[in-house]
Amino acid sequence: MSGQSFRIRDKGRIDRSKPVRFTFDGKSYEGFEGDTLASALIANGVHLIGRSFKYHRPRGILAAGSEEPNALIQLGGGNKSEPNLRATQIEIFDGLEAASQNRWPCLKFDVGAVNSVFHRLFPAGFYYKTFMWPASLWLKYEHVIRHAAGLGKAPPDRDPDRYEKVHAHADVLIVGGGPAGLAAALAAGKTGARVILADETADWGGSLLSESDCEIDGKEPARWVEESVAELEAMPEVTLVKRCTITGYYDHNYLTGLERVSDHLGAAPEHTPRQRLWKIRAKRVVLATGALERPLVFTDNDRPGVMLSSAVRTYVNRYGVLPGRKTVIFTNNDDAYRTALALEDAHGRVAAIVDVRTSVTGPLADAVRAKGITVYENHGIVSVQGTQKVTSVEVMQLDANGTGVTGTAKSVNCDLIAMSGGWNPTVHLFSQSKGKLTWDTEMAAFIPGTASQALASTGACNGTMGLADSLKEGLKLGAEAAREAGHKGRAPAAPKATEPEQGGLRPLWITPGKAKLGRKGKHFVDFQNDVTAADVQLAAREGYRSVEHLKRYTTTGMGTDQGKTSNVNALAILSDVLASDIPAVGTTTFRPPYTPATIGAYTGRNVGKLFEPVRKTRIDEWARANGAKFEHVGQWMRAWYFPKQGETFRQAIDREVKAVRDGCGILDASTLGKIDIQGPDAAEFLNRIYTNAWLKLGVGRCRYGLMLKEDGMVMDDGVTTCIGENHYHMTTTTGGAANVLSWLEEWHQTEWPDLKVFFSSVTEQWSVVAINGPKSRAVLQKLCEDVDFSAEAFPFMAMKEGTVAGIPARLYRISFTGELSFEINVPARYGLALWEALMEAGKEFDITPYGTETMHVLRAEKGFIIVGQETDGTVNPLDLGMDWIVSKKKPDFVGKRSLERESMASPDRKQLVGLLTEDPQTVLPEGGHVVEKLKPEPPMEMLGHVTSSYYSPNCGRSIAMALIKGGHARHGQTLHVPLEDKVVKVTVTEPRFFDLEGERIDG
Amino acid sequence: MKGSANGMRALRGGASRYSIFALARNALSYHENWQKAWRSPEPKPEYDVIIVGGGGHGLATAYYLASVHGIRNIAVVEKGWVGGGNTGRNTTIIRSNYLWDESAGIYEHALKLWEGMSQELNFNVMFSQRGVLTLAHSEHELKEMRRRVEAIRLNGIDSEVMSPAQIKQLVPIIDTNPGIRYPVMGGFIQRRGGTARHDAVAWGYARAADDLGVDIIQNCEVTGILRDGGKVTGIETNRGTIKAKKVGVVTAGHSGVVASMAGLNLPIDSRPLQALVSEPIKPCIDTVVMSNAVHMYISQSDKGELVFGAGVDSYNSYSQRGSIPTVEGLLAAAVELYPIVSRLRVLRTWGGIVDTCPDASPIISKTPVDGLYFNCGWGTGGFKATPGSGHVFADLIARDEPNAIAAPFSLKRFETGYLIDEHGAAGVAH
Ligand SMILES: Cc1cc2nc3c(=O)[nH]c(=O)nc-3n(C[C@H](O)[C@H](O)[C@H](O)COP(=O)(O)OP(=O)(O)OC[C@H]3O[C@@H](n4cnc5c(N)ncnc54)[C@H](O)[C@@H]3O)c2cc1C
Repeated sequence: MSGQSFRIRDKGRIDRSKPVRFTFDGKSYEGFEGDTLASALIANGVHLIGRSFKYHRPRGILAAGSEEPNALIQLGGGNKSEPNLRATQIEIFDGLEAASQNRWPCLKFDVGAVNSVFHRLFPAGFYYKTFMWPASLWLKYEHVIRHAAGLGKAPPDRDPDRYEKVHAHADVLIVGGGPAGLAAALAAGKTGARVILADETADWGGSLLSESDCEIDGKEPARWVEESVAELEAMPEVTLVKRCTITGYYDHNYLTGLERVSDHLGAAPEHTPRQRLWKIRAKRVVLATGALERPLVFTDNDRPGVMLSSAVRTYVNRYGVLPGRKTVIFTNNDDAYRTALALEDAHGRVAAIVDVRTSVTGPLADAVRAKGITVYENHGIVSVQGTQKVTSVEVMQLDANGTGVTGTAKSVNCDLIAMSGGWNPTVHLFSQSKGKLTWDTEMAAFIPGTASQALASTGACNGTMGLADSLKEGLKLGAEAAREAGHKGRAPAAPKATEPEQGGLRPLWITPGKAKLGRKGKHFVDFQNDVTAADVQLAAREGYRSVEHLKRYTTTGMGTDQGKTSNVNALAILSDVLASDIPAVGTTTFRPPYTPATIGAYTGRNVGKLFEPVRKTRIDEWARANGAKFEHVGQWMRAWYFPKQGETFRQAIDREVKAVRDGCGILDASTLGKIDIQGPDAAEFLNRIYTNAWLKLGVGRCRYGLMLKEDGMVMDDGVTTCIGENHYHMTTTTGGAANVLSWLEEWHQTEWPDLKVFFSSVTEQWSVVAINGPKSRAVLQKLCEDVDFSAEAFPFMAMKEGTVAGIPARLYRISFTGELSFEINVPARYGLALWEALMEAGKEFDITPYGTETMHVLRAEKGFIIVGQETDGTVNPLDLGMDWIVSKKKPDFVGKRSLERESMASPDRKQLVGLLTEDPQTVLPEGGHVVEKLKPEPPMEMLGHVTSSYYSPNCGRSIAMALIKGGHARHGQTLHVPLEDKVVKVTVTEPRFFDLEGERIDG
Repeated sequence: MKGSANGMRALRGGASRYSIFALARNALSYHENWQKAWRSPEPKPEYDVIIVGGGGHGLATAYYLASVHGIRNIAVVEKGWVGGGNTGRNTTIIRSNYLWDESAGIYEHALKLWEGMSQELNFNVMFSQRGVLTLAHSEHELKEMRRRVEAIRLNGIDSEVMSPAQIKQLVPIIDTNPGIRYPVMGGFIQRRGGTARHDAVAWGYARAADDLGVDIIQNCEVTGILRDGGKVTGIETNRGTIKAKKVGVVTAGHSGVVASMAGLNLPIDSRPLQALVSEPIKPCIDTVVMSNAVHMYISQSDKGELVFGAGVDSYNSYSQRGSIPTVEGLLAAAVELYPIVSRLRVLRTWGGIVDTCPDASPIISKTPVDGLYFNCGWGTGGFKATPGSGHVFADLIARDEPNAIAAPFSLKRFETGYLIDEHGAAGVAH
């Protein structure tokens, strides 16, 4: 093929000095900078671009913008590959590789097209009526259906590109940079307001760039655009964003946009993201999103070479390419006549204009006729020849009410059909904003009605179709929006604009064919999803009468174009069948995004290491250097255990556990949640939140507390200390820290706002090192001279301030092991220094670092619970045998009322017990279930489950805790834990296994 | 009980029965002779039973009232169009591998009904038993998983533990690199779980119920519940008063609103739950995968769209949409676990209002008003229960007494405290 033989010599905004080479389905072509893939393919005479979803019909290019349903492309290869892009939006660059989709083995010969042969078996919703027998085969049918569906392919692996997010505030956000949007921006910008103007395309001017027959202030429209943009660029408060689709309109004038920053360059330059997600909060929004042309629904209106009339004009005037050499125009309105004139002007031939209106007059019709073009009034296209490219059409006269045809068919040769069924204002964002649409009978379209947010619509998206009116309205609404946002200024005088005058349209929703609808050829409504007018009628006939049923039953409007070209046609055909008004039948909801938006852009920088960054303590580095194994706990990474060379997990844990009880162990406890609580009502607040009494806790004293949810179930636990008058330090579980803080805030803010109390998270402010075991006092004494460590002076559950290794510290004598133990809190940045000093001082006592696993074993030996392990939101304090911590005297605390409910004291509740396995060496798996009446096979009744289970070197056997039904009364019973491969026999005991008398606490 | 819920009852005889033969026959007449899937009758002045809410649960209830209990004078009143609530908005995950016996009871009852639904209703609901895989990402989650798997096994329900290598084989697009933030450490799959076509469920039940004489009345909003001395007598609607001996309310996210019409205050929280789909692509994931740690789950529809879901938005609302940060969080998690999705595009996002009880379990219950019943509180995970819920609710309405499966879900539990707390155990509870 000779290159670019459909290029028009003297038209278009492409840069002819910059040729661009690209491939389509492996074949190399040339276009120019400024071309879209669609315009460049048209320049090369390529019209077969894809295959349809269901019937695999050959498809070409229908439109010139984001409404394109047919020309879907797989762009690029490897990990940069991207499916389902519209050829009409891809800006070409050197080396671009494009491929067609949904065809096998190739586009010209596609095996899937057999569907087209059996099409009569596949009306809308056919799959609901079959594939039911035998039931077992559905998965097989489904496999075939899935592989036939699906359009393009996902890339094979990780996305190499980078995405960013922008958070912006605007006085006025203007969506759409056509004449109305530019005018609004000029007027708003002049007031000094902070304006953001965004447009989906690569160029400012919108529809103006497609016209050659109008003037603004005596200038070519493109000149006016250039000058306006220059003026806007000079305004410091105005931000212009090209290639940015405003995709979503949410509550409180919050909008999202997707900016394609460097897609058009092929590769992103350094320090430039591929795309940006804009999140804009605007005081006022002006929608100037234009209108989309409607296809006409006629026989085989999907053939490559059938195009929207306005798109044809865009290709001719904006891109300088000729979509066909011989065109038939098919229309129900005057606008298509402008296309005829533009084509003639570009040396394309117009073979005929077929107009469904009974009589066509006016300046445009006159001009067309003056060129000698035949206008068939009251006619329709009844057939289209040529499956891979249009070759001719047949035209017939319509009958009196437009539902049938009369007379004889006239055949007209052509290679392009330019159709126009009128215009749909682009009301998607307006509708997303929850504005109400109204039906405009004259336009036969939905236009914005009552708004429900601070916005205005202007230009074609408001149903204002004339250029002069759009400019005037844009200026007025732009100035108004700026004033509403608090700025001063009036709208500038509107420029003088001229364009051809147009008459009305005749909404004929279906162009009758030679045969009854659905019998010969297909009248497509939704091109991408292969939904025909007959399908719509079938759905209505079968009772799917709501628009949403129609959409879902036929899939119309459910494609990647979200029905931009099909929704109103489908609705109109439905309302025809129902003999009801279109507005009474309703509209569908427009769901964001307006056009599909890249997942990576929503993700932004939150990928890899920055996806929920891991929290680490100040001692993490030391633990890593000393060979610790780690585990995730909540958001934290915690040292799990510290194996020595050659040690197994069990050996390491046994060693650590014994070391603590025999000498001294050291644990990084910095991840514990810490909340600083201050205020005159702090004690009262704690008293209401915890189950036990808090009003009389002395300064320097610690107390363990349990928090319940409203339902009486344990939510969190921890030690809280009175630091000074009206000042407390609360600790929470590691995973529960954030929840507890919001819990406190919620109760304070919503239920007890009268209490004077304040909360701050100080988890990050303190490093905490716990030193445990009979030798811990001796180690500490070496480093701390200003504290008296004797058991009398520094009793259990007390706090003292002092200096440890030269670091100011708070020392808490609390214990999660039952051993003599101190938790040393220092300002976070000294954490590592403290740790290292303790390790050094402890050397002579064989101080042993340990992790979370040993901590768990030690506390289990003592029968201390872990919230989230012994509890799961269904366990109350009584179940845990912790009645002692629930005050009987307090008038109220959170959860008290629920604890009084009948079920709470039921003997049948799951209660915490200890379990000892028959064989002391067998360690039960946590999560195993306990049964009383063993059966050879499931199902069997479960009593409860094993919550904690370890080997205890100090007891010399395995130990376990479990929550089982009526557990408190079962001590001594023998029960079973049936596992997949064996059954373990267990005896129920107290949930305490070591140091039952609590003699070790003072060392 | 007459008939069996599971039986292969041929509902429609003759010409209106769906089959490949019917398709072929109708093709000859250019599909011009298909009958209405269901009628659109005017409301009668009085019914034996009115079901408020034409979602899957409501329609299933009406169907089983007619087919199992032989009650024929039934209406379903729907304020919009059938299936337009959460039934038509959900991500259709179906499974029965719940932790607590009570939950396992109702969801397994439902799953068994799913297994014969297309045949029973003579409507292909595309129940696809492609398996539901739940991932564990930490030691703690592995332990929780063990607990669940053991419980499921001892309840006699299918489940299989999977290693990261087996998971990679089943779901090649998942990143099983142990160095990622939430490494895949294991998982368990219920092979009998899967997905279904949500609209088809509503339509299939509507058509089958209509066939048994049930009046399905769309565009009919209930505005009041009529009572006389503690007994229900009918409903007030925008299309007039309709009398009824019994009224069953199945209005999901709006249950609190309808309950207040009868002077009742339900322990229900209504919040938006969002979902989204990507553009259709060729098949790349053959099963449903859920992950609680990152609050996201994924599957692929038969059309090729990747279907993503998240946790609920954190505020109360009746507006059927959620907020962008939830979507951003969901998609970040998706890219983390399935790196290939980054360059795909979001096609549609939407939200539904879900009704959640404090214990995240449903209410299937009588009320203090005689003859008034509520079925709600299914929250983020009731689609899978549709047939089971309808089946036991019909039973409750017909006999005025809950059967063993429904009994634990009575409203009374909020007074007695016999809660069935699926929060801790279920996480993202779809
Ligand atoms: C985004 C999302 C994803 C989900 N994903 C899953 C999932 O993967 N798996 C799963 O099992 N579940 C899922 N769910 C939950 C599931 O959708 C619901 O639990 C289930 O569909 C509820 O069914 P329903 O019939 O009770 O409710 P609905 O389908 O909501 O039906 C209630 C009906 O009542 C009508 N109604 C309300 N008020 C009135 C009135 N005053 N008068 C008359 N009619 C009224 C409504 O219009 C509505 O049609 C999801 C939900 C959402 C929102």
